[in-house]
Amino acid sequence: MGTTRVPAIDGWFTMPAEGSGEAPALIGTRCTGSGTYFFPPERVMSRAPGFADSALEDVTLSTRGRLWSYTDANYQPPEPYVPVTDPHIPFCIAAVELEAERMVVMGQVTAGVTVEDLRVGMEMELVLDTLFSETDDGGDTTEHMIWKWRPVTADEGSNR
Amino acid sequence: MSVDQVAVLGVGMHPWGKWGRNFVEYGVAAARDALGDAGVDWRDIGFVAGADTMRNGYPGYVAGATFAQALGWTGIPVTSAYGACASGTMALEAARQRILSGLCDVALVVGADTTPKGFLKPNSGERGDDPDWLRFRLLGATNPTYFALYAQRRVDLYGATPEDFAAVKVKNARHGLANPNARFRKEVTADDVAASPMVASPLRLLDICATSDGGAAVVLSSMDYARRHLSGADPAVRVAAVSTVTPTFPNTVIEMPNFATDSAAGLPVPDRSFKQAIGAAAYEQAGLGPDDVDVAEVYDLSTALELDWYEDLGFCGPGEAEKLLRDGATTLGGRLPVNPSGGLACFGEAVPAQALAQVCELTWQLRGTAAGRQAEGARVGISANQGLFGHGSSVILTR
Repeated sequence: MGTTRVPAIDGWFTMPAEGSGEAPALIGTRCTGSGTYFFPPERVMSRAPGFADSALEDVTLSTRGRLWSYTDANYQPPEPYVPVTDPHIPFCIAAVELEAERMVVMGQVTAGVTVEDLRVGMEMELVLDTLFSETDDGGDTTEHMIWKWRPVTADEGSNR
Repeated sequence: MSVDQVAVLGVGMHPWGKWGRNFVEYGVAAARDALGDAGVDWRDIGFVAGADTMRNGYPGYVAGATFAQALGWTGIPVTSAYGACASGTMALEAARQRILSGLCDVALVVGADTTPKGFLKPNSGERGDDPDWLRFRLLGATNPTYFALYAQRRVDLYGATPEDFAAVKVKNARHGLANPNARFRKEVTADDVAASPMVASPLRLLDICATSDGGAAVVLSSMDYARRHLSGADPAVRVAAVSTVTPTFPNTVIEMPNFATDSAAGLPVPDRSFKQAIGAAAYEQAGLGPDDVDVAEVYDLSTALELDWYEDLGFCGPGEAEKLLRDGATTLGGRLPVNPSGGLACFGEAVPAQALAQVCELTWQLRGTAAGRQAEGARVGISANQGLFGHGSSVILTR
């Protein structure tokens, strides 16, 4: 009986091995002609008008940003959302603005954070967390991993 | 730039509700109502444009043909348009273009829907490359999630309060009391809103519009046809503009169903946001501006979104919408009544019919026949909405 961690979607974020000391990051692409970033990673062509022939390179995106806005999900979302608890426990959803990329990326907020803890403009950081998990008949568990945002605490903020 | 106008000869609706019947029935009822209002025989219609519904199987994907067949085939060309919440305007634009190009004299536009209960959810099946499926799977992000992100920004940046949002609902509920086509015709108090369950902070259940069944139809014609039809008189209401713009890259506002905005790191941000561009394109086409508008029907998917539209349509500056609301300017009797129909607050959304319902209401307002909810002396009306996946929708009617 073991636990396996798999990404809930392939190719959207890095998943460093546990204990590697590496921090996870979102994977985007960058249009080498215009300098525009894309997330989820755009693989077909640059969507910056006028740069259709520019190459796209894979990049990891900034792992910190400023909160653009936020809300919570007080009701269980419909399928294909996979319920995590019964009954549903509300969770927050954040839209975070990345300074270098000048783009806003959404994500769930880590458990235990409520809208009372959030404020537009505050610093947020990216972590990996379980979106949902499944246990098969043999007792093996698969954890489907996803990126989430969490507030940077004052201590961590001073160390950056 | 102002373009040639077409006449609104007739409008009609099937009342909104949760009737649970086939959407075709609502569309046919609305179409017959509009044809009757126009005094035009179905056999004289030269073109049908249907606004599609995605939740009623194949007939919904080919709405133009579905309605034409239901009304009795006459051999005319049809089109079916889908632009999410903007579908009705896309269909209206197809009819207008047909008329302006001289390919037909008089056209019928129809949209109708039958909706399921609860949150709108994506089509079924494992669709790992569809952002509308993935946002539910990976984020648990429903439609109200996105509405709430916009609302919360108003709270944190502009000092909007839950009471401001509730005041939009209270206003619209009062506006819709006398509207025979509205689903909810009941006074709502600020306390009622505050007592309703929190769905997506800061939005409560009564801040968010329901989903409804309903149908709406419009008969458009060339100005020449209208004058012949009206024994030489000018048609009372005309279409001065139809805006169906898309965003300009980079779009820096998070849009349903996306995970991220475009990046502004490479190319300059356009002067106007997408929502600002929707109204601006309509004003430019009509040769009019925000100061000319007497009445507006805007998409209040949430109470807070109505406030966003005040600013995006230029009725006031950024962050001033709450003041405009509190001053009563957008209430019937004020200088610029918004959603005299009662809006989505009183209707609930019937996706392909809703943009056409806005046109129906503006037509009644400009004719001066909106009993119990009339914006006095209205001569210019504007509608606005935005469909997911980048569909702008705005129509300007004049009399």
